[in-house]
Amino acid sequence: MDRMQVKLNGEIRELPDALSVAGLLAHLGIKPQRVAIEVNEAVVTKDRYESHKLATGDSVEIVAFVGGG
Amino acid sequence: MDGWSLGKHQFTSRLLVGTGKYRDFPTMKAALTASGAEVVTVAVRRLDLSKQGAESLLSWVPEGMKLLPNTAACFTADEAVRTARLGRELDMGDLVKLEVIGDKRTLFPDVEELVKAARVLVKEGFTVLPYTNDDPVTAKKLEDAGCAAVMPLGAPIGSGLGIRNPYNIRIIMETVRVPVLVDAGVGTASDAALAMELGAVAVLMNTAIAEAKDPVMMAEAMRDGVAGGRKSFLAGRIPMKLHAAASSPMSGLIGT
Repeated sequence: MDRMQVKLNGEIRELPDALSVAGLLAHLGIKPQRVAIEVNEAVVTKDRYESHKLATGDSVEIVAFVGGG
Repeated sequence: MDGWSLGKHQFTSRLLVGTGKYRDFPTMKAALTASGAEVVTVAVRRLDLSKQGAESLLSWVPEGMKLLPNTAACFTADEAVRTARLGRELDMGDLVKLEVIGDKRTLFPDVEELVKAARVLVKEGFTVLPYTNDDPVTAKKLEDAGCAAVMPLGAPIGSGLGIRNPYNIRIIMETVRVPVLVDAGVGTASDAALAMELGAVAVLMNTAIAEAKDPVMMAEAMRDGVAGGRKSFLAGRIPMKLHAAASSPMSGLIGT
């Protein structure tokens, strides 16, 4: 299977090629409910998790709420 | 009912509290409840991918409290805008506490970037609550940019120095029509009361409660301080006088 390199929360990761955002979350074992995703500095809304395919060189941010003031 | 509003949201509590710096989640939950707050601030950060299954903050925020995502630790308008968009995606709400920091040591805002970010977010439909300097000119620019409120600092974030320039806070209230919330700097209940006595619509704080020896008791004290200050403001204080004005009659004294 082909692999792609994606920058994930600032770290380069090898991932299966052409993974969707939904596929990435499943791959990482993350429940989609409490995270938000940005790919190449643009938010990917939850309704596009299945359709949005990642590609080599993409920069992905997975964020959640933490305590803050 | 002495209520107030931010955009389309109506509130009765005039104390907004943060969720940072608590020693543990149960203490945070108890303090949030004791504060009577209806709005709690939260930060947006990268998920720690090495800590799967870590407990979520959100399960410790009492039911019914509205989340106010912040853009804390953003140093440019672009970073703040991106963080606000992610916060909206997480929360599905329109409120954002907009912070754009200009200096690491003081955490004072970069007001130029702040106004820039505010313009973008207002256009995108956010209800923008900017954390700003106690500067009336900037406050006016933020109002003109379409912000739903302005939130001048009482003192640097986490400093506990209180309201360092009450006169500027008053001038800001004269200058803008949107609600003025005092955000940051409060150390103790009298600081919160002072902010309300000056005419602030509400007070936002985090460290003063979270790092108190007894955060739950301090949350109650802040709730009461805010309520007392608000009533005092509404009741109308007496003017200050240099000399005494006797409270008991000066006539009818015995032995005269």
